[in-house]
Amino acid sequence: MRIELAGLSWDLVSDFEQLTTYPFMVQALEAGAIVAVMAGAIGWFMVLRRQTFAGHTLSVIAFPGAAGATLAGLPIALGYFGACGLGALALSLFGRGGREDGIAGESATIGTIQAFGLGLGFLFVVLYGGQLVGLESLLFGTFLGITAGQVQTLFWIAVAVLAVLAVIGRPLLFASVDPGVARAAGVPTRLLDLGFLLLLGAAVAATAQITGALLVFALLVTPPATAQQITARPGPGLALSVGLALAVTWLGLAVAYFSPYPVGFWVTSISFGLYVAVRAARHLYDTRGAGPALETA
Amino acid sequence: MSGVAAIRLEGATASRGGRPVWSGVDLSIGAGEFVAVLGPNGAGKSTLLDVVLGLLPLSAGRAEVLGASPGTATARRLGYLPQRRGFDAGTRVRGRDVVRLGLDGSRWGVPLPGRFSAASRRAAERVEKMIELVGAGAYASRPIGALSGGEQQRLLIAQALVRRPQMLLLDEPLDSLDLSNQGAVAALVQRICESEGVTVLLVAHDVNPILGYLDRVVYFAGGRGLAGAPRDVVSGPVLSDLYGVPIEVLETSDGRLVVVGTPEPPAHHHDLHDHAH
Repeated sequence: MRIELAGLSWDLVSDFEQLTTYPFMVQALEAGAIVAVMAGAIGWFMVLRRQTFAGHTLSVIAFPGAAGATLAGLPIALGYFGACGLGALALSLFGRGGREDGIAGESATIGTIQAFGLGLGFLFVVLYGGQLVGLESLLFGTFLGITAGQVQTLFWIAVAVLAVLAVIGRPLLFASVDPGVARAAGVPTRLLDLGFLLLLGAAVAATAQITGALLVFALLVTPPATAQQITARPGPGLALSVGLALAVTWLGLAVAYFSPYPVGFWVTSISFGLYVAVRAARHLYDTRGAGPALETA
Repeated sequence: MSGVAAIRLEGATASRGGRPVWSGVDLSIGAGEFVAVLGPNGAGKSTLLDVVLGLLPLSAGRAEVLGASPGTATARRLGYLPQRRGFDAGTRVRGRDVVRLGLDGSRWGVPLPGRFSAASRRAAERVEKMIELVGAGAYASRPIGALSGGEQQRLLIAQALVRRPQMLLLDEPLDSLDLSNQGAVAALVQRICESEGVTVLLVAHDVNPILGYLDRVVYFAGGRGLAGAPRDVVSGPVLSDLYGVPIEVLETSDGRLVVVGTPEPPAHHHDLHDHAH
């Protein structure tokens, strides 16, 4: 996907004009924005709920879903949504809902589901006849091959996901931070757990078609984790998470346009660099601030 | 509310898994009293809280909470602080936000920011008032996971109080605290009990840190339970009768009570306790 015209100059306006010359690039920027906003918001709750591993499993499960759909001659989107929906259901049933052995037991269950999903995906790819042409795009996405129709579908899915998240957001926050008290206050914590995993599944399925099964995860985890390092306030934290996801996605797309390396590499590297920088700054701040804080405690 | 008992049990039996935890319990707790719920592990202290919350119906007898039979309507007038191990150190949500969740965390939809809505501003003021009441102003803006056990406990009491409950149910709030913090939190609870006029039911392992503050004690042991003034209940003859074995209560020179001779709770009691949670 090298473009003859692509050449970086110091003139930002002409760089931006170059960036938006081609429709595929405009669509990639649009799709990237939608995916980033959705992933930044859902991911903030995922990181707060310590369900990162569940999110990773849903991303991985998207792969056998897509591979299975290809094998069966079904639309790939159906495979993504079917697999992520079933995965969310399984995670909610066998995951944390009502269990007493805590995070350790939960992560073992999730890991088992994930390993099985990967095995299925491998089987489907082999059954398909060893033609692995589509495998790379299943795993790493087709960011630069998005159609206008796909962008529109993605937009409506994101609107639906974010609308539901806005309605359940506050009780979900309560149930995530303080499940025991939330349950006593009448919050349906198990239902919310299932609802959130289904939203996460829908977001992953929609995103995976564009970023690929592996890179969804980069947008779901890194910007929210970075935002939570910066602020412990829920509202600004969510906004920051969305903003960071948007920034790294667009920056990644722009840098990839002018460089020989893939979009996924740039998006993950920029967000990783940002996360490391914030962690380091936070560490410095905490160790300096610890002196007086300890005296007053 | 005067004249109506906060909690009244008559011939009450509570069962879990078809087995009675305690039976034939009669007690009456007045509005505004500070009451400790004592007894060995598995004797049914948390079970009493579940009955009062309306989560566990009695298998026999009658229960009345704030003048009505316990259920969702009465539970709304209670503030509840469940037994816990504390927040994960990585929980990056401010103490202030945790208190706020106690006020409107169960509501659906997005709240308007304070500068656009009078209700939201009033809510924020109520949260600040409760934070001041428990003396948590200095650290309410720090992430709850980064606070000490005593600081978390104070914020959680503020959270339980923020909806103006008529009764506070605190399940072992002193358990994870060191001795000086136990005394400080007990004093705080008594102060709230008086200034806010709420009834407090506090489940505790050890009566001593709270002995000086209590109006009444409910003691569960041997499948039975009884209520009375602290020094009347925590006494040799009463506990001997309750446990069914001779028990002595010694008083140290500084007024602490030491209970000697309680049998180790039988193994099935532990099982019962574990299943119950």
